Amino acid sequence: MRRSPKDTEDSARLTHRRALLMGGAMTAMFAVLGARMRYLSVDQADQFKLLAEENRISIRLIPPARGLIQDRNGKLLAGNEQNYRVIITREDAGDVDAVLARLAYVIPLSAEDLDRTAKEMKRSSPFAPITVADRLTWEDLSKVALNAPSLPGVSPEFGLSRIYPRDTDFAHVLGYVGPVSEKDLEGLDKPDALLTIPKFQIGKIGVERWLENDLRGRAGTRRIEVNSVGRVMRELERVEGDPGADIRLTIDADVQNFVQARLGDESAAAVVMDVTNGDVIAIASSPSFDPNLFVRGISHTDYNGLMEDDHRPLANKTVQGVYPPGSTFKMVTALAALKEGVISVNTTIRCPGYIEFGGRRFHCWKRAGHGQVNLERSLTESCDVYYYEIAQKVGIDKIAEMGKSLGLGMRHDLPMSAIAEGVMPDKAWKLASQKAEWRIGDTINASIGQGYVLTSPLQLAVMTARIATGRAVVPRLVRSIDGRETDVPEAPRLGIETEILNRVRAGMYAVINAERGTAKSSRIVDPAMVWAGKTGTSQVRNITAAERARGVISNDQLPWNRRDHALFVGFAPYDKPRYAVSVVVEHGGGGSTAAAPIARDAILRALSDGLPPLTAYPASQRNRIEAMLAKLPLRDATGRAPTATRA
Amino acid sequence: MSFLEYRVKFVPTGLRKILYMNWPLVVLVTAVSAVGWLALYSIAGGRMEVWAGRQMQVFGLGAVLMFLIAFVPIWFWRNMSLLAYLGSLLLLLVVEFFGTVGMGAQRWLEVGGLRLQPSELMKVALIMLLAAYYDWLDVKKVSRPLWVALPVVLALIPTVLVLMQPNLGTALILLMIGGAMMLLAGVSWWYFAGVASLITGSVAAIMLSRGTDWQLLHDYQYRRIDTFLDPTADPLGAGYNIIQAQIALGSGGWSGKGFMQGTQSRLNFLPEKHTDFIFTTLGEEFGFVGVFSLLVLYGLILLFCYVSALQNKDRFSTLLILGIAVNFFLYLAINLAMVMGLAPVVGVPLPFLSYGGSAMLVLLVAFGLIQSAHIHRPR
Repeated sequence: MRRSPKDTEDSARLTHRRALLMGGAMTAMFAVLGARMRYLSVDQADQFKLLAEENRISIRLIPPARGLIQDRNGKLLAGNEQNYRVIITREDAGDVDAVLARLAYVIPLSAEDLDRTAKEMKRSSPFAPITVADRLTWEDLSKVALNAPSLPGVSPEFGLSRIYPRDTDFAHVLGYVGPVSEKDLEGLDKPDALLTIPKFQIGKIGVERWLENDLRGRAGTRRIEVNSVGRVMRELERVEGDPGADIRLTIDADVQNFVQARLGDESAAAVVMDVTNGDVIAIASSPSFDPNLFVRGISHTDYNGLMEDDHRPLANKTVQGVYPPGSTFKMVTALAALKEGVISVNTTIRCPGYIEFGGRRFHCWKRAGHGQVNLERSLTESCDVYYYEIAQKVGIDKIAEMGKSLGLGMRHDLPMSAIAEGVMPDKAWKLASQKAEWRIGDTINASIGQGYVLTSPLQLAVMTARIATGRAVVPRLVRSIDGRETDVPEAPRLGIETEILNRVRAGMYAVINAERGTAKSSRIVDPAMVWAGKTGTSQVRNITAAERARGVISNDQLPWNRRDHALFVGFAPYDKPRYAVSVVVEHGGGGSTAAAPIARDAILRALSDGLPPLTAYPASQRNRIEAMLAKLPLRDATGRAPTATRA
Repeated sequence: MSFLEYRVKFVPTGLRKILYMNWPLVVLVTAVSAVGWLALYSIAGGRMEVWAGRQMQVFGLGAVLMFLIAFVPIWFWRNMSLLAYLGSLLLLLVVEFFGTVGMGAQRWLEVGGLRLQPSELMKVALIMLLAAYYDWLDVKKVSRPLWVALPVVLALIPTVLVLMQPNLGTALILLMIGGAMMLLAGVSWWYFAGVASLITGSVAAIMLSRGTDWQLLHDYQYRRIDTFLDPTADPLGAGYNIIQAQIALGSGGWSGKGFMQGTQSRLNFLPEKHTDFIFTTLGEEFGFVGVFSLLVLYGLILLFCYVSALQNKDRFSTLLILGIAVNFFLYLAINLAMVMGLAPVVGVPLPFLSYGGSAMLVLLVAFGLIQSAHIHRPR
């Protein structure tokens, strides 16, 4: 088909015009794209650079090694042990089931382990390592490493976990560590980032908890590059953290071990304190438990066993157990009366075996009465009526004042859990807590450490130390943190005349060393270690009128949990006091038979370098003592227990 | 003007044709492709074998095709137009029934290990057919309704087929190519005004009816439109690509993070980083300077196409070259606008850069046609 040249020229011109128009539109679009690019990569570049960095960089924490806890001589009480575990990475393993089956040949794997691994694997990314087995022995780990070629994706790993080499000896003092819980994070404004690490272990109770901030250390950081699904590509920077501070306690691990062993299976508590500086040398609560079980994750059976035991192994009886102090409280009543001047050191009071007040009879433990009793005799023979009388003269408020100045009814600030305040009652206390007026009968009961008075073994040890020194000794558990000694200010004087104190101490001396002393059989014959003390037997039940009518029932006939508590407090050496001791044996019967012998052994152990020297005991007892000492399950020099660990 | 009118004796023959090729275009196309190889090498973490090597092979194959096509006289290709269109249509139908499903749409034909995307082929075939159509059509009849309706139908048939795959991006490009060819051929503005007002009207009706009693679409369809228009509202879903792409582009700054230093692409934050979003890698590693240079390269390609088209006195050649230039421009404009967050995400590759065989091959075939038209232009 022919077209006229005019036609072709016209159409060509039209096409050119429209093409140029379109070219203009294209140029405009180019301008828009260029401008947009400029906006993104020049004007907004900083913001986008930041976003790209945030995409790329992730900061991971490196948990620091937890501080060690040592005894006063540097013996290890809580350390970190290499923990060997085996991890598996799904994407490297290929056929996971086959690899796990082969792994089960190499090391023992429980069905539970395999189950958990499979579950975790389903949840996490293919490159995330999953722990298959934890706490392996070195041998098992070596087997895994040796079989590495046939176990793709499986690798051995090391970590640190807490270990308590002297397990049961320090369970109540140290407590234990465990993974962070919701409860731990409650009430923290800005929790340490470390606490967000899954399964990070922090102190749950005891020293581990209360000195957590010192022990934990500071986290290190790892700046790593991650890709869009969180896989770690490489490490960009690593800043090591600071390990936690090492802590040295005032406790002597060997004395502690001795005391713990000496308490045996009794439900009992004992505290040995250095009266010169307040150092707690031993603080044992029995029965005990193995804190390592808690670190590893305690089984239900074990836990229920501990919970259901009527001897309450989980309770730290030294600070959280409170008991009526019984006759060990008599020094307080005596000192209050002497200080206030309502009696003198020579005042005598007649004990007919009871006093009558408001139609009620308050008996002396000796039904027949003691006759004329002075201060020394009242302590030596533990006459109750003497104290009924002087307590009425001085009044409860003054007794409470004296008790508090001796460290009763107050919380001694040790890094331990559930420290009880106890009760040192006075008129205001009763009004506030019982909504009732104080009665004279209450004073009479309180005068011999019954009624409302409740004290912990720690408080009793403090009281004894203060009587022995005349100074307000404050107990202390931490000797140094990170090598820095905690300073001990000189304890201020109690403000009690030396003469009065001396007479009370003389009474305590006579309790042990006089012919009629209640703890005569627990005397120490070594002149350098002669000691003084006071027995106590406190009722845990009200004696009903019916029982009274039937007459006094012997403790042995009662069920265990209704028997009297046995108590003893003492200090040694008498002429130059060094250590104070307190022992409470729950439902142990009489203080002189159940508690005093333990207290004597404990204080002798503290005074000597090794086992208590037999020469310190009266000759007639030596054979029995020697046999008893030989049977004690003591640890060897390395801290290892003699037999399998008792849970 | 038919081929009989060509002053054939001035048309170069034999190997001399090489001298008459539009060499600047060849160089520019090779340069842009080379940028693509660099980018693919970098994204693969410095490995050739992942993408870059294969892309180079495809380019080599395409370049051979380009030369072969260039050496064949343009009038032969004009006469092949209808056949090419029908052939492409057939392939589209085949892919509709036997195609491989990829990215949730049927797009590919597996032919001897080569993935063929008939919709790409269709674009060039449509351009050829419409250029031939308007070359054949009497200029006076161009704006008559019947002669307007025919090319509209020719464009709509493949558009509907591609839309059924479904591939919205390519369907839109096919429609726009049809429109551009008609515009260039001189179809009256009134038709364009009519279509434009019709589209505006229906869009307005659809959007305005939302929430009223006479709502035209379902609620979920509206929500889809919302995420389509504003992907940032869904940063981890639909908006993830576009947000990460902008972070990559913006973090490049003025001069970029350096070759192989892009963190966004290397660490896999960018999806589709080697295909539709390859531009972001360039932006991240070479910054504004690099991206601007690339835009200049693209602009020069278009410029040389324009010069060649407007110099050419053959109506088929002019329309063909312009049509291919428009196609090329639509690719890159839509891709760049999408990557920079100016347009919704539609699957459109960046010409000569994105990894992918059929787009690259078809583009080189199209540039072969441009070369053929250039060599065999009437003098």
